[in-house]
Amino acid sequence: MSRLPTWLWAAALAVYAFLYIPLAVVVLFSFNDSMLNAEWVGFTTGWYVKLLHDADMLRAAGNSVLIALVSSSVATLLGAMAGLAMHRYRPRWLPFLVLTPVAMPEILLGVSLLLFFRQVLDLTLGLVSILIAHVSFSIGFIAVIVRARLAGMDESIFEAARDLGATPWATFRRITLPLILPALLAGFLMAFTLSIDDFVITFFVAGVGVNTLPLQIYSMIKVAVTPEVNAVSTLLMALTLTLIILASRIAPDLLRTRA
Amino acid sequence: MGSQVKWAVILPPSLFLVAFFLLPSLIVVLASLRETGEFGGLAPFAGAASLTIEAYRFLGGDLIYAEILLRSFLVAALTTVLCILLAYPLAWLIARSPKQRRDLLVLLVILPFASNFLVRIYAWIMILGPAGLLYTPFAVIAGLVYVHLPFMILPLYTNLEKHDPALLEAAQDLGANAWTRFWRVTFPLSLPGIFSGAALVFIPVLGMFAVPELLGGTGDILIGNLIKEQFLDNRDWPLGSALSIVLTVCVLFLAALAAWAAKRGLHGTEAIS
Repeated sequence: MSRLPTWLWAAALAVYAFLYIPLAVVVLFSFNDSMLNAEWVGFTTGWYVKLLHDADMLRAAGNSVLIALVSSSVATLLGAMAGLAMHRYRPRWLPFLVLTPVAMPEILLGVSLLLFFRQVLDLTLGLVSILIAHVSFSIGFIAVIVRARLAGMDESIFEAARDLGATPWATFRRITLPLILPALLAGFLMAFTLSIDDFVITFFVAGVGVNTLPLQIYSMIKVAVTPEVNAVSTLLMALTLTLIILASRIAPDLLRTRA
Repeated sequence: MGSQVKWAVILPPSLFLVAFFLLPSLIVVLASLRETGEFGGLAPFAGAASLTIEAYRFLGGDLIYAEILLRSFLVAALTTVLCILLAYPLAWLIARSPKQRRDLLVLLVILPFASNFLVRIYAWIMILGPAGLLYTPFAVIAGLVYVHLPFMILPLYTNLEKHDPALLEAAQDLGANAWTRFWRVTFPLSLPGIFSGAALVFIPVLGMFAVPELLGGTGDILIGNLIKEQFLDNRDWPLGSALSIVLTVCVLFLAALAAWAAKRGLHGTEAIS
């Protein structure tokens, strides 16, 4: 392999810098001992302490975690079924149904669910509407991960199980399930991060009563730039970072399915 | 037995998505043909005869809507081009790096993705505010490029990684200089990667409302902002629905175009796979 020219390295490094410097600024100023985000004054962890005493923020964080746990559990179950169905039975219409919610602009799913919940179901917007919305956009991600895992497997092991007299349920429990377990775990973590991070769709279906962490951040940055936003952003970043690294450890091919 | 199992697997996710994705999407079409209610939202449904194309006539009657749609396309196009320019050197570098280093370099592209969408916008508020550039078209473009760049880098890298180095060596042996080798070999072969990346950048930008709202001025709004405004602020749901349908048609058209272009581009690129 020929050596890469220096200018290519320089250009690529500049792009990496473009990706990282804005986020580094957010993290750095979360430790800045000044109300204004203008210049560095001194180190403090005071903004994090303030966060711990912010009742609105804590309630929003609690909602976010609850919604993420429930929606990603349901989405993992339904997504695994969808992935299994796409791999084994291949109904032509299923990929359209499963993948379109992932590919379409989020705002379209958001407004259509808002209309549906209010106009057709006459549902009061809140936890339930957010949960349903999060499940709908997570199913596709999990289905893709599970299908990729199944596609990489040797079909003959399922035939062998059948030949040895295993019922479909026994084959599933003893063979399929253990084999797709890493994909399920990785998919669950992925859905969890998608849910806890989602802003656009939640924004339309949340109504007035229930706040999530991204909605709370949105209403804060609309008003003013405060170091408290930096602190909560940094914590959220640390959480999703941990989850994504965990997910990619469990299923290393995840990086490729995402691309 | 076998068919019972089959439907037990297929039905639960399908029914869920029919109920909470397909049906709601169809409801938007219907809502765009209804009248506004007395207190916003939709008027009570009074049979098929009460359907009207009033919302669409309103959109067609005021040039401002066509203007904003056009601007949305221009902003999306500019964002896409800037993403291609920024993504290319990085994707190329990763693709030409030693195999064992590539996964790490790709991970470094994905990690900033792990931060919340709003946090990434907020970062630009912090940077551009003191520089006096906040609430300008520049801020909107910077934010849009920043938020979408990884969507261009990853497909481009996936494409460039598959190029056979022998092609470039052959071109070199035949006397092509570096510039010619890029324009005549690498670039044409990378077009399918560019097309799939362009679809992943262009389409979401069209529906974006948060970036123009938080980083732009009042003159920088896109079609996404109009939709949000009609649904949440003005509560004119028929008009909001009609705008959503216009956006959906644009998205479907672009997705079909991208699929066609990628397929067509592939005909010339058998050499790389």
